[in-house]
Amino acid sequence: MIKLEKVIKVYADGKKAVNEMSFEVDQGELCVFLGPSGCGKTTTMKMINRLIPITSGKISIDGVENTKINASELRRNIGYAIQEIGLFTHMTVGQNIETVPVLKGWSKSQRRERAEELLELVRMKPSEFIDKYPNELSGGQRQRVGVARALGADPPILLMDEPFGAIDPINRVELQSEFLKIQQKIKKTIIFVTHDIYEAIKMGDRIALMKDGKLVQYDTPANLLYRPKDAFVEGFVGADRALKGLQLLRVKEVMSSTYTTANMKEKAEVARERMEKEGVDWLPVVDNSGRFAGGISISDVTGVKSKTVKDVMSPSETTSDINAVLNEALSLMLSSGLKTLPIVVEDNRLAGILTFDAIQEALHEAVRAGGTK
Amino acid sequence: MKRWIVLVILLIVLVGLTVWTTSVGDIGIFHAFTYADIITHTRDHLIMVFWAVLIAVLIGVPLGTLVTRPGFSRVSPLVLGGANVGQSIPSLAIIAIMATLPFSLFFFDFGFNRETAIVALIIYGLLPIIRNSYASMSNINPALIESARGMGMTRWQIIRKIELPLAIPVIMTGIRVSTVVTVGTAELAVLVGGKGLGTITFTGVFAREVLLIIQGAAPTAFLAISLGVILESIEKWITPRGLKIKAINS
Repeated sequence: MIKLEKVIKVYADGKKAVNEMSFEVDQGELCVFLGPSGCGKTTTMKMINRLIPITSGKISIDGVENTKINASELRRNIGYAIQEIGLFTHMTVGQNIETVPVLKGWSKSQRRERAEELLELVRMKPSEFIDKYPNELSGGQRQRVGVARALGADPPILLMDEPFGAIDPINRVELQSEFLKIQQKIKKTIIFVTHDIYEAIKMGDRIALMKDGKLVQYDTPANLLYRPKDAFVEGFVGADRALKGLQLLRVKEVMSSTYTTANMKEKAEVARERMEKEGVDWLPVVDNSGRFAGGISISDVTGVKSKTVKDVMSPSETTSDINAVLNEALSLMLSSGLKTLPIVVEDNRLAGILTFDAIQEALHEAVRAGGTK
Repeated sequence: MKRWIVLVILLIVLVGLTVWTTSVGDIGIFHAFTYADIITHTRDHLIMVFWAVLIAVLIGVPLGTLVTRPGFSRVSPLVLGGANVGQSIPSLAIIAIMATLPFSLFFFDFGFNRETAIVALIIYGLLPIIRNSYASMSNINPALIESARGMGMTRWQIIRKIELPLAIPVIMTGIRVSTVVTVGTAELAVLVGGKGLGTITFTGVFAREVLLIIQGAAPTAFLAISLGVILESIEKWITPRGLKIKAINS
């Protein structure tokens, strides 16, 4: 647990960068420091591992004040990743990841094992990458190595200063999702600095929104969106906060799991009767083991005789995973033109369907409930 | 490849000139120096260069590094300027001035001796070393230093594990340039009581015998070129492999 008590930072030129900041970050939580540039988020983060000395106040980690620990010792137990990554170009990927283990005096085999394990974790093949040099990697790969290096000696706490800030938007989204998966496995206490509200909502268990060195609101992403404390927060999250809220919902929370399907083997006319009875103009088609295969619309099954569903259906592979974030599913629906999106679990087995109506309903609900997620 | 051919031809020519002038025997009313003389003077020459460069490295690298530290930013123009002045004074003047200094420094007296010559060579050879150390140490990507610090490296560990390995190729270039310059300047040592190949060259100068001048100058040029080549290979060998790879995209 990280605890800040009335933390103040005044720079030599008299500028008050951080002004009486007090809050706690719980064990295993990902806390995002969010705010416009110059709000003091990076300064606050760097005071935790004492890269910037504190002017007054107290920062304690698991009850021990950080100034009571030798600075280098303290930092070796706190992972550190920055936007510029700062990989050591004269060292291999493996040596980079082993930096802190070396400082801590781990044995050679132990270090190597750890480096391989971490490369696996960030989904880079150890045998291929461990002996490469940073200059041989792409930007995204370097960023992954940067994260792996921060996790080198398995520190309980990670400080990340805009770690995905320098990556192109497509790769950034992917890295974010991957990092969230990693975090689910490793459950570290993480301070994540960003100025990107989307990133904050997606990544954070909690968001500390800062302005002019002060903590404005410290809350869950949902509360920040739907219960902004003041006009600044409201302005910062933006008028499209309902849209941003899509990121907080998962497909499985919104989809309907009671729905009608058509089987590939059955007669087209039978399917048509069912559609008319249910009053729908589209049905997902599954095979005998429940795998999604495509869809039929009412026009497909009108005026056909002695044909099976398989003969008239339009095969399709456009589906969404049950764990996807709602905004990804919605944009898939918009770009593919589907009014009903089939939702699948592993092995492409159909688990539900997602409709525009359901999304609208869910958003309405979220706004009305005020984000008590 | 072409460069190597030129180098080898040049070295062969220089050896040829040395052999020719030595085998002439009598030059006017003078005797040419013997092979034994040339070897002795070459050895003395190398010893002077060795000490001068070694001490210049021992002073120049730490000094060039020190002035890149935050607390010393005010001193850095002074040090770099000083080294610049040291090099802009004509080498002959430096050596002559040194010899006439009427006082002692630590353990030795200025005057007409080899030590004076070496001190002059050090002053003259410092600039490339200080300048390259300073440039390479101050050009290191600050993100690397920050992440090293953030991961818990001490100041000394950062210098040893990060900054020096990254700076070493450029520092080595400075040492190479300094060495080559010093080999040439060391010719003048004989004027203030030093030894070395200058003994042969200046005998020729004073006797107005071109062959004798060549007999001293050719081995000196040979030394300068071959030392330059040797140090360049060391430079390549010492450069960390990761730095030789060009980034695919930065």
